[in-house]
Amino acid sequence: MTLTLTRRRGVETAPPARRAGQRGADIRAGYTFLLPWLLGFILLAVGPMLSSLYLSFTDYNLFEAPTWIGLENYTDLFADDRFLQSVQVTLSYVVFGTPLKLAAALAVALLLNNATQGQGFYRSAFYAPSLIGASVSIAIVWKAMFGDDGPVDQGLGFFGIHLGGWVGNPSMTMPMMILLTVWQFGAPMVIFLAGLKQIPTELYEAASMDGAGPWRKFVNITFPMLSPVVFFNLLLETIHAFQIFASAYIISNGEGGPAGSTLFYTLYLYLRGFSDFRMGYASAMAWLLVIVVGVITLLFFRTSKSWVHYGGDAR
Amino acid sequence: MSAPSTVPAAEYSTTAEYNPKPETTLGRTLRSVAFHTAALALVAVVLYPALWMITSSLKPNSEIIGNPALWSENFSLDNFVTALDGIGGVTTAQFFTNSLILAVGSVIGTVLSASVSAYAFARITFPGRSMFFGMMIATLLLPFHVVIIPQYIIFQQLGLVDTYVPLLIGKFLAADAFFVFLMVQFMRNLPRDLDEAARIDGAGHVRIFGSIMLPLMKPALISSSIFAFIWSWNDFLGPLLYLNTPEKYPLPLALRLFVDQTQSSDYGAMIAMSVLALLPVLAFFLVFQRYIVEGVSTQGLKG
Repeated sequence: MTLTLTRRRGVETAPPARRAGQRGADIRAGYTFLLPWLLGFILLAVGPMLSSLYLSFTDYNLFEAPTWIGLENYTDLFADDRFLQSVQVTLSYVVFGTPLKLAAALAVALLLNNATQGQGFYRSAFYAPSLIGASVSIAIVWKAMFGDDGPVDQGLGFFGIHLGGWVGNPSMTMPMMILLTVWQFGAPMVIFLAGLKQIPTELYEAASMDGAGPWRKFVNITFPMLSPVVFFNLLLETIHAFQIFASAYIISNGEGGPAGSTLFYTLYLYLRGFSDFRMGYASAMAWLLVIVVGVITLLFFRTSKSWVHYGGDAR
Repeated sequence: MSAPSTVPAAEYSTTAEYNPKPETTLGRTLRSVAFHTAALALVAVVLYPALWMITSSLKPNSEIIGNPALWSENFSLDNFVTALDGIGGVTTAQFFTNSLILAVGSVIGTVLSASVSAYAFARITFPGRSMFFGMMIATLLLPFHVVIIPQYIIFQQLGLVDTYVPLLIGKFLAADAFFVFLMVQFMRNLPRDLDEAARIDGAGHVRIFGSIMLPLMKPALISSSIFAFIWSWNDFLGPLLYLNTPEKYPLPLALRLFVDQTQSSDYGAMIAMSVLALLPVLAFFLVFQRYIVEGVSTQGLKG
């Protein structure tokens, strides 16, 4: 204790020259250590972002020099039926898939939170799909499972429900894709479970004394206390959902079919950029995505003030 | 409503009033049985696709579609024999090697670059640090797709398309902010006295980082390595953009090729190859599940 005290004092009373030297050394060291990230940030993020902003105002096919066309790409987008369809497909996936996935995650987390035994096992078992769900392998399996006479069709047939194959049916591909994302509820569930463990049990005891039932405890204690975690999961899962690619690509053979029902935004962007080589058009799509995701993030933060409760003082 | 004499009446009565039935042992057992029944049923539903995949890989083609049962009398490894032959004149072993090169490269690059950058954010004071930190956080939320076109153009002009450079360079430049963030958070929780003491003893930042921080960061380095490996192993878009020759394909691209060329004619081999492609991920999960699940719950990492 005395040792640290004298050491601390030693630093504080160091002559100004040495402290200035230390500061200079810190600045040099700081930027040296930061160099890998800084290089990556400039060369792989900021630079490309600016150049894609520029490209979005041009006609560019990768082989000839880009020609400036102003806002034409953006105005063309809104006259492009396939683009509008990709927006609709992606939005319905985000709007239905994400809340369902989070609801499943929260429900299972609440169930597991009361477990006295086996919680570790269940947690791992439910988490496993999150690790493999976005892979090509699982997309192939999903496609086989939801095909004509696949196990899903057969299983539903057992209950007298005959939907046929989901893969080839434009009105069933979206439920199939949503099931694929809901299946991966494990990752947000694990985060919810960690959040639930932070809620002091005294709160529930006090509520029980006041005669609160399970529903009132959930509404008045669990949800408010968990709201920062809900917010975190909602934000990340929403942004994540906008970017689904591999599963959609594999399930539709890279075409977004049938009838454009799996033409997700990123898939259409990829097709425009790397099949049609309309790099300017694809860049405009990319920037629209950034703007939409940015606006959604802002909206989330704005509205969060009314329903997210952070412990202690206001931020 | 009479309180047991051992408990002061004033304190206990409020509780007793609203908790009239203390749970009996039988009640607790029943609740536990009900919980485990529900949880196990849910596990069965959730794991069904994975089990179906594994058992289908062992079934003859005729039994895969049109038969939701998991069990078959005709299990064999034939599908795996076909799958190991590979596709397009390239063996599956080659695809495996390619995936491994990319994944190991990603792990090395990520651990090196993210830990060094995280040290700057967490432990060194310099002007611009908080601004850059904010920007780093912003890139966490940035859709990756906004940079793929310019990046492709750059790498194409450098003649680096169809090499592993575009797939690995980002890992060596800490482009995945998740790992930097994870390590910054971890380092901030390490006691500051350690580096102050070392500093008094004359150690510079390089020594403090190398001999004090790195050894203490082992848990963060391990979970980062696991995730860097798995994400690289499963990555599809990157290789799809940059690789053209099948000899260089990692497994996800090989699988796509397999799907394209066989269509639905050989489901068995296709699923067997899907299983092979997931084996390392599943093995990692079984061995490191504690690390993985703990990593997710403390750092909020996405799977």
